[in-house]
Amino acid sequence: METREMICINCPLGCILSVSQDEAGEVTVSGNTCPRGAEYGRTEMTAPKRVLTSTVRIQGEKGRVVSVKTASPVPKEKIGDCMDALKEVEAKLPVQIGDVVLENVAGTGVAVVATKGMRL
Amino acid sequence: MERMEYDVIVIGAGVTGSAVARELAKKERRIAVLERESDICEGTSKANSGIAHAGFDAKPGTLKAKLNVQGAKLMKELSETLDFPYKQNGSIVVSFEAEGMEKLQELYMRGQENGVEGLQILTGDEARVKEPALSDEVVAALYAPTGGIVCPFGLNIALAENAAVNGVDFYLNTAVSKIEREQGGYRILTKEQEFFAPVVVNAAGVYADALHNMVSERKLHITARRGEYCLMDKKTGGLVQSTIFQLPSASGKGILVTPTVHGNLLAGPTAEDIEDKEGVTTTADGLARALAIGARSVKALPVRQVITSFAGLRAHEESEDFIIEEVADAPGFFDAAGIASPGLTAAPAVGCYVAEMIQARFPAPEKTDFIATRKGIPCVAEADDEERQRLIAENPAYANVVCRCELVTEGEILDAIHRPLGATTLDGVKRRTRAGMGRCQSGFCSPKVVEILARELHKDIGEITKSGEGSAFLTGYNKGTCV
Amino acid sequence: MRQDIVIIGGGPAGLAAALAAKEAGAEQILILERDKELGGILNQCIHNGFGLHTFKEELTGPEYAARYIAKVEQEKIPFLLETIVIDIAEAEDGEKAVTAMNRERGLFVIRAKAVILAMGCRERPRGALNIPGYRPAGIYSAGTAQRYVNIEGRMPGKEVVILGSGDIGLIMARRMTLEGAKVKAVAELMPYSGGLKRNIVQCLDDFGIPLKLSHTVVDIKGKKRVEGITLAQVDENRKPIAGTEEYIPCDTLLLSCGLLPENELSMNLGVSLNPATSGPYVNESLETNIPGVFACGNVLHVHDLVDYVSEEATAAGKYAAAYVKEAAETACAGDGTQICLEAAEGVRYTVPSTISPSRMEDTQLIRFRVADVYKEVFLKVYFDGTPIISQKKRVLAPGEMEQIRLKKEQLQAFPDLKKITIRIEKEAG
Repeated sequence: METREMICINCPLGCILSVSQDEAGEVTVSGNTCPRGAEYGRTEMTAPKRVLTSTVRIQGEKGRVVSVKTASPVPKEKIGDCMDALKEVEAKLPVQIGDVVLENVAGTGVAVVATKGMRL
Repeated sequence: MERMEYDVIVIGAGVTGSAVARELAKKERRIAVLERESDICEGTSKANSGIAHAGFDAKPGTLKAKLNVQGAKLMKELSETLDFPYKQNGSIVVSFEAEGMEKLQELYMRGQENGVEGLQILTGDEARVKEPALSDEVVAALYAPTGGIVCPFGLNIALAENAAVNGVDFYLNTAVSKIEREQGGYRILTKEQEFFAPVVVNAAGVYADALHNMVSERKLHITARRGEYCLMDKKTGGLVQSTIFQLPSASGKGILVTPTVHGNLLAGPTAEDIEDKEGVTTTADGLARALAIGARSVKALPVRQVITSFAGLRAHEESEDFIIEEVADAPGFFDAAGIASPGLTAAPAVGCYVAEMIQARFPAPEKTDFIATRKGIPCVAEADDEERQRLIAENPAYANVVCRCELVTEGEILDAIHRPLGATTLDGVKRRTRAGMGRCQSGFCSPKVVEILARELHKDIGEITKSGEGSAFLTGYNKGTCV
Repeated sequence: MRQDIVIIGGGPAGLAAALAAKEAGAEQILILERDKELGGILNQCIHNGFGLHTFKEELTGPEYAARYIAKVEQEKIPFLLETIVIDIAEAEDGEKAVTAMNRERGLFVIRAKAVILAMGCRERPRGALNIPGYRPAGIYSAGTAQRYVNIEGRMPGKEVVILGSGDIGLIMARRMTLEGAKVKAVAELMPYSGGLKRNIVQCLDDFGIPLKLSHTVVDIKGKKRVEGITLAQVDENRKPIAGTEEYIPCDTLLLSCGLLPENELSMNLGVSLNPATSGPYVNESLETNIPGVFACGNVLHVHDLVDYVSEEATAAGKYAAAYVKEAAETACAGDGTQICLEAAEGVRYTVPSTISPSRMEDTQLIRFRVADVYKEVFLKVYFDGTPIISQKKRVLAPGEMEQIRLKKEQLQAFPDLKKITIRIEKEAG
């Protein structure tokens, strides 16, 4: 049995949730005041995910970067690996919003895409 | 190590050193100025009240009194020939107690003796007619119409630039580590260079004692007297027209409220003797005191409109007077030491005084091609539309605003970088153009100024500093990678 | 140059205002933008969380901006970049004279029937916070650091302390951590954070960055570059408590201590400003005291979500178009009746601050912020002392903008209405 306290982020109320997971993987949430809180607690306990936003360098353009994001949320514990993977990435101009700059970042199956268009 | 020989070496590129160098340059001489910081105007000269004192304060008969009054008289004309901001706005010393009348009378008499013109004793009500924002507590005042305000950076930079144009060599980032007496002069060692000159002028501000003591047995001791200030938004600069002093009293001494020559409002300074000669740190108490005591002079000091605070160090010497003389046991070594207030006002006169002293002992022929005038950086913010049009026609960079708060354009910044003794740091650009001096305090313009400096100096933006070595703005690239 | 509407600022507010004005039938619209591209501060806000209300999806700042920029280009609304407005004045005929400058045109004056102020805001600098200490390199407002990292790809520091828990500060705590810096603490003067809960969890808690509430910076060490800062706890009057000082070595101090609307142009024009917001007082049409001058976005009051900026700017654009279309006199006169909105106990301000019932639409949106954190309270609206609305609120916080809607028929039921009061009360009755 593992129990964690967390703050629900769904609304300004900021309920303090107590989330437990037993050996069978069953999750119980208390402290929430609405169903969205329970759902938040369950996901945060079992598979927390985040959209990662960052920048990558532009090939041949000293000192210029383009902003990027993971096309969908990636597992929270993979964030560090994703950042490491982005160290090596260089985008080529021109870049359109949505252009994939890196497929399957850190084995997550999620692509990293540009969030800004940049001309040559 | 290469040995650089000059006729005169001035140590310190503050307002005193720069004024001396410019005066000396009127004769045929090889002159160098050695400055430890990365720019001119980096010490006491950059952090003070910016006042051109009328001269009623100094004790009659002292050098302070004589050079203050002379300096004040020279200031207006100099501001025109060298093109820096100066305004004769008048000074008012206020008293909150009837007993203060005696002290005001004393100042009045002193002023008369020092040769200050136009002094008047006013009642509280008469003073409030001149300055409606004066506190109702004010019962009497001394009015000095010849008091003025000056841009301390503007004066210092103008003097130094004009000296440079007239052949004076400025060595920045050149701290003096040792001075040795040698046959016929002085050997001056710095980290990387060696200099020699028969004549040395010590204008090293709070460090003047250290330099003096290298060559003389009669030791000097200079104490750094810290003064803290609060600067308020330009929208408040119109609160008073004149500079408002308080009579020294138990509750405080020397804290003034004044418009600056650029239209801000300034309150300060406090006065505190400190050990550290670079202790330009502000304190919670000091800032609170500057505002609280300043607030007594006027109705409703806009304390919530403070945009920045700073501290400066006055070079205070125990004799209470300027020490400007050839050192008795070190011929050819001239002190310009203990230049505390009214040092900024006196600077033009100090320059003349030192130059005359040197000319008497080490005569040099008149320079026939001395360039006496200097044109400053254009100021788009204060130009009228016609002038703006003319500047933009000359260079469209004068239409590209970089600092939105102070309306400073790329053209002005380019000028600041490329003129003689041009800016190489963010602070250098700021002091020359006011970019970053406004209400956002460089939040928006600093990345742009850094970019322009890097481009114009052919450097990477990572090499651009705020104020020289050790003050880099950026520490690396994202993700710790290099390009 | 003559225009119907000149919009000052090409950020989210200016873009949405331009599109709405165009849609409402205004012909000659011109956007003046001081930066190199449209989009304003959104260009450096590369994190996600924008657009949930407007587009029902989570976008990053540049993506949110790009959608509006694309529409502006599609509608062929003209804009001038790297163009700074240096003055707005009222001409004798009621038109506005906007003086601007750029490289191509030099100094030029545009005559406009209406002006929309959309200049945004700036960050409160160190000086305004009276933080004592040295003045070395390494002290940045959070937004300046954000620009370096996100636009230039450069790090302004390696070991960071952040003062202020505004959203930009929180976002930068995460951003700099991800890029390899060590963020040692976020200190907040108030006993609560000014930022969104979601940012505290995802930007601080996710990375184990401590949030120190009721703390402030009492000293900055380092003559050339920051070497460390001293934090201290503050008492209920926000004064540092002696003995609680803690020295933290660091090379960078970021400040995220509030935003101030940039109204220097407005002031010179004679627009009256609300001291509570530092933005103009506006009526139900988002029009300032100067007829034909409208305001929206962060220059009017600081918003927490860009979606609300777009919504407000859309209204301003529409009203400005209506002003241009009608004869100016009739548009601003209405029937002359103005009802005041009063921000009473617990409410810092309202936008708008007056309503003309004859000119208002069927519903009127009122936005406001509260002065403190309140739990289990009632938000009350009174018409000349008569209770009209009572809404139960489980929590209200200064960091989150609140809103209520008034219906035209509610106002019409009170023909002599002078004042609408909004306040927070503990009791339902």
